[in-house]
Amino acid sequence: MDLLNNLFVNLYDWLAGALHALAAGLNLVKDAENAIVAAVMSLVVIVVLLLWLVLMVLVLIWLERKNAARIQDRVGPNRVGPFGLLQPVADTIKMFIKEDIVPTNADRLVHTLAPIVVAAPAVLAFAVIPWGKGMFPVDLNIGVLWVVAVGSIGTIGIFMAGYGSNNKYSLLGGMRAVAQMVSYEVPQVLTIVAIVLMTGSLSLNKIVDAQSGWGGMQWYIFAFPVGPIAFIVYYLSALAEVNRTPFDIPEGESEIVAGHHTEYSGMKWGLFYVGEYFNFFLVCTIAVTLFFGGWQGPLLPPYVWFLIKVYALILLGMWIRMTWPRFRVDQLMGFAWKTLVPIALVNIILAALATPILKAIGLI
Amino acid sequence: MDLIVFYLFATLAVIAALGVVALRNPVHAALCLAVVFISLAALYVLLSAPFVAAAQVMIYAGAILILFVFVIMLLSPGVDQGAGALKWQRPLAAVFGLALAVELILVLASAVLPAARGQYTPERLAQIGDVQAIGALLFTDFLLPFEITSLLLLVAMVGVIVLAKKRVRS
Repeated sequence: MDLLNNLFVNLYDWLAGALHALAAGLNLVKDAENAIVAAVMSLVVIVVLLLWLVLMVLVLIWLERKNAARIQDRVGPNRVGPFGLLQPVADTIKMFIKEDIVPTNADRLVHTLAPIVVAAPAVLAFAVIPWGKGMFPVDLNIGVLWVVAVGSIGTIGIFMAGYGSNNKYSLLGGMRAVAQMVSYEVPQVLTIVAIVLMTGSLSLNKIVDAQSGWGGMQWYIFAFPVGPIAFIVYYLSALAEVNRTPFDIPEGESEIVAGHHTEYSGMKWGLFYVGEYFNFFLVCTIAVTLFFGGWQGPLLPPYVWFLIKVYALILLGMWIRMTWPRFRVDQLMGFAWKTLVPIALVNIILAALATPILKAIGLI
Repeated sequence: MDLIVFYLFATLAVIAALGVVALRNPVHAALCLAVVFISLAALYVLLSAPFVAAAQVMIYAGAILILFVFVIMLLSPGVDQGAGALKWQRPLAAVFGLALAVELILVLASAVLPAARGQYTPERLAQIGDVQAIGALLFTDFLLPFEITSLLLLVAMVGVIVLAKKRVRS
C-alpha cells in the first residue's frame, strides 16, 4: 500500500539518485553536479507532464464525443480501435497533414502567434498543481495567483486570433470572447479569495493540506455555507471562462460561424482545440484542489483520488454542455455582473465572518 | 543564472517598449505593451516579489491592456499615416523629450548604484513571506493612500455609470 501511495515520488527519487551516481563518475565539483542533476530532472518532469496532458486531452476528446453521442441517442465514434478509443489519435494525424491556410490581407505574424499564445499559458498553469502527495512540479507560495495570472494571458491570444484573421466573424467572436473572459474572471477570482481567507495561504499545497482532516474527507465543499456557494460560483464562471456551452457565445456556430478560430486550419486550429481542453481540464483540477481536497481521500492512492474527482467534475461539465441551450449575449454579461459578482462579494464577507466559527466547531 | 534571466527579459522589455512607440499599427503597439508588462513581471520575480509579478500580469496584461485593445477596436483600427497631427505638436514633443532626457541623465549620474539595502532584504522576505509583507504594509504604513486610491477608483466608476446612463435616456 505504501509502495503504491508513493509510487511516483519514489520513481522520481530513484531517477534522481541514478543521475547523481552517473554524474559522480564525471568527478565534478559538488555544486556543478547538483545543478546538472536538477536541470535534467526538471526537464524530465516537464516532458512527462506534457505527455500526460496530451494523453489527458485525447481521453477528454473521446469522452466528450462518446458522452455527447449517448445523451443525443447516437453511437458516437466506434470505427478506430476498441470503442473508438483511437479516434482522437487518428484525428490528430489528420490535423498534422492538413493544409495550413492564412487568409489574404491577414496580419500574418499575429495570425500565426495567436494559437500559441492561447495554448501555451494553459500548459504553464499546470506547473503548480499538486497531482498527488508530494507530486507537484513546483511549489509556488503564490500558486493560486500564478494560475489566474497565466490564465489571463490566454485572453490576449484569443483577441489576436480575432484581429489577425481579417474576417468580421473572427473579429466579432474575438470581441465577444474577450468581454466574456474578462467579466467571468472577476467572480472566479473572488470565490478563490474566500478559500484563501479560510486557509490563510495562496499556496495550492497548503490549501490541500488544510483539507486533510476527517481521514482526508474534510473538504472545503463541506464548509457550509461558504464552501458550497464558492464552488457553485467558481464552477459556473469557470465554464464561462473556457467558453463551453451554455456559455459558448464567442463561437456560437449559428451566429458567427466559429468565432475567433473561423479562419484557422490544420494544426493551428488544432492548437485552439487542444487549448480549449487544456483549459477545461485546468479549471476542473483547480476546482478539485480548492474545494474537494485535492488528492486527499481515504484508502485509494492520492493520485487516483485526484483523477477520480477531476473526472467527476469533467463529466458534470460535459453533462451541462449537452443539456443546456446557449445564453444570449446580453443575458450572459448580466449573469456575470448582476448575479455571480454580488454573490461572490457577499461570500467573501461571509467567509471572513464564518471562518472563526467554522474553525471553532471543527468544520475546517 | 539570475543575471542571464535579467538580461533576457530586460532586453525584451526595452525592445518591446520601442515597438510600442515606433509601430504605426495601434494593435501591434498594444501587443508590444503586453510583452513589456510580462517582461517586467519576470523582473519582479527576480526581485523576490512574486506577488507583485502575478498582480502585474493579472491586472496590467489581463485587464488594462484588454481595455486598451477594446477602445482601439471601437475607434476602428487603422494604420496611423501621420495625418491629423497638430502643427505645434512636433516642436513641443522635442522640447519635452529633451527635458526628460536631461532629467534622466541627471538622475542616473547622481544615483549611487547599487543603492543602500532597504528593510526588506530577500532573506527577510523569505522568512515572513512577500504577500504577508505587502499586506502588512498596506494596512499600516500606507493605509491612508490605500483608502484614498480605492475612493478615487469608486468615484471614477460612479462617474462612468452616470455618463453611460445619460446616453441611454436621451
